[in-house]
Amino acid sequence: MSDLFQAVTDYSPYLWEGVQVTLALSGGGAVVALVVAVTLGLCAISPFVVLRVGSRVVVEFFRGTSLVVQLFFLFYVFPLFGIDLPGMWCGIIGLGLNYGAYGSEVVRGSLNAVAKVQWESTTALSMSWSMAVRRVIWPQAWGLMLPGLNNLMVMLVKGTAVALLIGLHDLTYWVEVMRKDPEVGLWIAYGVGFLLYYLVALGCSSGLRLLERRAQRRLGLAPSKTRTTRATAEAVA
Amino acid sequence: MEFDLEFALEAVGPLLMAFLQVTLVVTVAGSVIAALLGLIWAVGQRELPTPIRMVLTWVLDVIRMTPLPLQLLFAVAIFISFDGYRRFPETDVETIGMILGVAVFSVHYSTYMAESYRAGIESIGRGQWEAATALSLPRIRVWRAVIIPQALRATLPSLGNWAIAMFKDTPFLLVILVPEMVAKAKQLGGASYQYTEVFTVAGLIFLAASYPTAVLMRKLEKKLVY
Repeated sequence: MSDLFQAVTDYSPYLWEGVQVTLALSGGGAVVALVVAVTLGLCAISPFVVLRVGSRVVVEFFRGTSLVVQLFFLFYVFPLFGIDLPGMWCGIIGLGLNYGAYGSEVVRGSLNAVAKVQWESTTALSMSWSMAVRRVIWPQAWGLMLPGLNNLMVMLVKGTAVALLIGLHDLTYWVEVMRKDPEVGLWIAYGVGFLLYYLVALGCSSGLRLLERRAQRRLGLAPSKTRTTRATAEAVA
Repeated sequence: MEFDLEFALEAVGPLLMAFLQVTLVVTVAGSVIAALLGLIWAVGQRELPTPIRMVLTWVLDVIRMTPLPLQLLFAVAIFISFDGYRRFPETDVETIGMILGVAVFSVHYSTYMAESYRAGIESIGRGQWEAATALSLPRIRVWRAVIIPQALRATLPSLGNWAIAMFKDTPFLLVILVPEMVAKAKQLGGASYQYTEVFTVAGLIFLAASYPTAVLMRKLEKKLVY
């Protein structure tokens, strides 16, 4: 026990630095991913064929090629064309685009899950497409998409560990450093590492759960977990 | 900077080789083991006494919410701490890396698959359980002959989707120095800084393998679930 205490106090500045990098990647990635997901999701249900096909192609491309390949493109290939992004930005953009593409499937699915009559009534009220989405469809879809986005958020937090591959000193990196220190050892280093990742992921997930509860209460919906599992598996495949 | 088509075509061979020998092997072995483990967790979460069940659920949550690269490094570190390399001198480092990779991937994804099974099991009507009780079938038989066959129908596409997700996570094996496709691509490109070609080819191989499978799963889903 005293070993554990000693190790944690010795390494707390490094662990804190690692957690900060992980949090920055998670937060930045989540913002980019949300923008990408909403944009592509709205394109997917737009009345214009070009936008629908375009978003389909982009989504399938980012879902189909692996996150690591995309990250290496940003990190190794872009500099050859004169676009030299710092590692942190590579991570944020790579994570954002990849999880944004997954998220767009959740957004699209939720927008499509809004009852047909809702669309019909907006036509009856002669609302424009953008007004219909903004005032009628989106507020209802929002509550439906949050559980799926929540699952993806946890996956994004875990995804930040790819930072190791582009030389960032995130939590995973410092856990490895700790492990190599003979005074700390394997079990303490990894125990602390897993716990910290778990807490970060749990924190993000609980925050989104609060939003979800609020949204679903406003819509008078009961939370459903069964559908979410399946939808998430569909989105990430 | 031009795209060197000849170099790209030259890279296709070795990359496909790495793809078949490592990526595909890990994915297939990993998914099969994960599917079995996931089923065990899902049944365990219904059958075990409450305290053990709570521990199991928490452990599965922790595995699901912590990153694969960290778990891979953890597995290797355990292996080293038990002096594994000296105990298996005849096995080469790459094979050991692959075995550890399969172990970690299957445990990690089994936690996701357990959720899918759970959803499938929950979707079965209470009447089925009651009928099985009325026939006084033994508990094992209830699972094997009544519940699991029906639950599998709703679960199968979801399992397939997690297998595809696992497939796209295989480049994480890079962190434990297993020569899978992306590692190979990095090595080939690094020799002459021709990264564009190799990563394009690697990306295309991923796309060519995962997109048709994903479409197939969507079709299967429509057929089996709805």
